[in-house]
Formats: sequence, C-alpha cells, structure tokens
Amino acid sequence: MSAYLKPLPAVDARNQPHWNGARAGRLMIQACSDCSALRYPFSKLCPHCHSTKSEWRQASGKGTVWSWCVFHRVYFKGFENEMPYSVVLVELDEGVKMYSNLIGVTKEQVRIGMRVRAVFEPATDEVTLVKFEEDKS
Amino acid sequence: MPDKNLRNRTAVIGVGTTPFGRLPGEDPYDLGAWALREALDDCGLSAADIDGVIVNRIPDYQRFSEAFGINPRFALSTPGQGRMSGVSIQIAAIAIASGMANTVALVYGNDGRSAGDKYGGDNDRYGSGGAGQFFPYGMTSPGAVHAMMFARHMHQYGTTSEQLAAVSVAFRKHAALNPAAVMRELITVEQHQASKFVAAPLHLFDYCLINDGGVALILTRAERARDAKKPPVYLRGFSQSSKLPDSTFPPEDLWYGAMQAAGQEVYEMAGVERSDLDALMIYDNFSPTVLFSLEGFGFCKQGEGGAWMQNGRLELGGEFPSNTSGGHLSESYMQGWGLNAEAVRQLRGECGARQVPDAKLIQYMCAAPLITSIIYGRDAA
Repeated sequence: MSAYLKPLPAVDARNQPHWNGARAGRLMIQACSDCSALRYPFSKLCPHCHSTKSEWRQASGKGTVWSWCVFHRVYFKGFENEMPYSVVLVELDEGVKMYSNLIGVTKEQVRIGMRVRAVFEPATDEVTLVKFEEDKS
Repeated sequence: MPDKNLRNRTAVIGVGTTPFGRLPGEDPYDLGAWALREALDDCGLSAADIDGVIVNRIPDYQRFSEAFGINPRFALSTPGQGRMSGVSIQIAAIAIASGMANTVALVYGNDGRSAGDKYGGDNDRYGSGGAGQFFPYGMTSPGAVHAMMFARHMHQYGTTSEQLAAVSVAFRKHAALNPAAVMRELITVEQHQASKFVAAPLHLFDYCLINDGGVALILTRAERARDAKKPPVYLRGFSQSSKLPDSTFPPEDLWYGAMQAAGQEVYEMAGVERSDLDALMIYDNFSPTVLFSLEGFGFCKQGEGGAWMQNGRLELGGEFPSNTSGGHLSESYMQGWGLNAEAVRQLRGECGARQVPDAKLIQYMCAAPLITSIIYGRDAA
C-alpha cells in the first residue's frame, strides 16, 4: 500500500472514542451524561448545562447535506491528485453537523438537502474516516 | 445598547496608512509604527500625547510601546482577526469616555503577503479550534466556509454568482479611482465569472487581497478633538453582537439575526436612519459577506440581496456607495482598518476622484461570528 499523504486527525484521549468507533464502523458522537445534549467536535464541558460528564453514543449515521463547496486550490499536498474535490457539511438527524466528503456522488451531483448516510473509509491501518453516501432509501 | 450619551463623545482626529502591497523587510511592528507616524503627523500630535494604545495583529503591546517610545496608561493587544478592528475602535471609545485615557492610538500591522499567509492548510485556525478535525476531509480556510454560506444562500433564495459579481465589479471601479489600491484594473461581470474558482461557488474575484500594510487611527474625546489639525470625525453610534455557539460551523441564519440586533442598536444610538447614510464600509473578506451584511443590517429583505445589489446601487453615484477605497477585494485586505480609515477620509472630504459629495454619515459594518458596526459623523450635531 502506498503512503497515505492526506492529513490525518490528531487523535487524543478526548476524541479517541470517535475514531475508535469509525474503525469499528460506528459513528460515535459525544453526549452529555446529564442533559443528553450532543456535541461535536469534542469538548470537556457541555455548553448547555456545563456538566463535565459525557459519554459517547452511536448516531444513526443518517443526515442531510447542509451545504457544499469545491476546492480548486491545493491547501494539502495529499489532495493534489484529486483536484478539484468537494467537501460537504452534513447535518446529522441527531442535530449535530460535521464536515466530510460524499462517496459515489460526483461534485456536480452534490446538492443541498440530499439525504446521506455514513460510510466508513479506512485511511491507514489506524485511522478510518467517516464519509457519506447518498441515501436513496 | 451602549449609552446614548456616548454619541459624539469621541472622535477620530488622525489617520495614517502605509502603502499596501509587498513591503519586504517590514514586520507588523514596523508597519504599525510607520502608520502611527503618519497618523500623528495627520493630527499634529506627538507620541507624548498618546495615553492609550490598542495594537491589532501586532503581537505585543509591550514591545510596540517600547519600540515606539510611548508609555500609555492603557494598553491592549487584540487578536489578528478582522472582526477585531471594530471591537478595538469601540474599546478605545469606551476607554476615553470612561476617563481611562484621553487619546488612544489604534495601531494595525500586517505582513501577510511577505509572510506567505494562505489562510488554509495545516496552519488554518479559522473557526473555534475544530478545524484540525476536518483537515482529513480536505476542509480548510475561511474562504471555503464562506463558499458554503454562499452556496446555502443560492439554494435558499436563488441568488446567483453573476449577481454576486456586482460587489467585486463595484469595488474595483472604486479602486480604479484610488491611487493606494493594489488592484486598479476594471473588471466586468464576465471576467468575474471567468476568473478561476478557489473554493467554488466562489471565484478568485470574490476573495480579498492578502498584502502587507499598516493602518493607524487616533481617537480622542470630542472636546479635545476640535484642536486637532483637521476636522474631527465623530463616533456617532456603535454596537456589537455575536453568534458564537456552534461557530465551528457556518451559522444557520448566515448571521442574519445577530446583524439585525446590532443594526437596531447602532441606528438607535446614532439617531440615524439607513436612508441618512451617505456611504457604507462593509467588511469584505469575501464578497458574500457584503451580501449577508446588506440583508442583516436591513438595507434589503433577507434573501433579496442578490437582486438588490444590481444596477450600480453600491457604486459611487448609486444609492449606497460602498467600500469607496476598493475595500479588501481591491484596495487591500487590511482587516477592516482600511475601511475605517476610508470612512474618516470620506467624511473629511479628502478622497479626490472617489469622493462622495458632501458626505456626512458613513456606516462601517462587519459580519463575522462577532459582529460590529460603527456610524461615523462629520458633524457633532
């Protein structure tokens, strides 16, 4: 396998459950243990009730494309061979948003409001990324 | 809302700018000091008259004060974000009004062009710290965030990139009349459309121009301002609002609600209506920010900005001449400071070929996670 040249996430103790989940094919999102509010990216404190107790819950992986853009400028060398590439902002049905990429959809086909579901794409032996595909169900 | 008694209590008496462009060998301290020398000369004060200093994008107020030989009672550094120009000016006004200082130097220095700033990639910290989590998906840069916001506006309201081009075309027309502007060649809507994409749907001509430069403003209390070399320009009203929760991601309403709140306060504090304004200085890191601002501050209805901006409405001679210097898109990206300097120069009548005739009231506005607006007035009445 050739070297993986794209940026990799900085995995640390706080966000590890998310990345461990991705490796196991599960979209894990941090939730407040006291008020149940979901949050992403990771933070120590619940912004709703200020509890510092949190747990990780499996999200449905289903969501809607909130917006998109297509990169024509190379900011990361690892993406050079895929120019231009699209990035989407997905709003999960649970209410949290995340940036990601759509698989199996050309950049011309990306549209706001498209229903999508999470798919898990290994980047390296250690890291699996959470991507999305169109959900036609 | 800030106390209405602060209306016209403070005034800008000095403005200084360096050239904009590539200024190798000048760091942010040097550029700020250069601009401050110009500003002191502009108002006839000396360094000893400065008893407050706020530096922006210049890392350290201590080093700056040491290097410039000033010993202010009040000193502060604000982060190098464009939204901080409006914040810094407002803090200076409040410091003066409260008696903490009499005369505050606001000093900005930016060596972004020589330093090779890209605003995207591994060093990107736009957003609230979450950005690094999304680099694996190729997401980076404030430009891409604004591209997503504009794509959303297109989807919700049917706005087009051709409509957005009116912003870049208008500001370039103004820059053509401004000898200090970096880009002065006129552009057409067709050229805007043909310019390469950076983060689609945004084209190159929707992006600001990263350059080196410095800007300084000198603020003082109104009663002292009348002794300055040039006529004072009064801070008639100012306000802030924010949309900070969930600000790792673009705001659901494209900051509309927060801008409505800031707008209501600034107009009330200043005691003016939108129709009283002679010109607008609209923070234009990317052209969609102008569209969002015009809607948010109520110049047109939400969603109607694309059509509203057509037919020269933002151009000199139009209903609301905007960014008469060329703004960040065509003069230089000076993170709001250049626009505030332009407001002062317009109200003094110093703008030559790009002068708005008999300009009396000008509004600065900045749409960002932290929103600011300032209404400047020529007359204290």
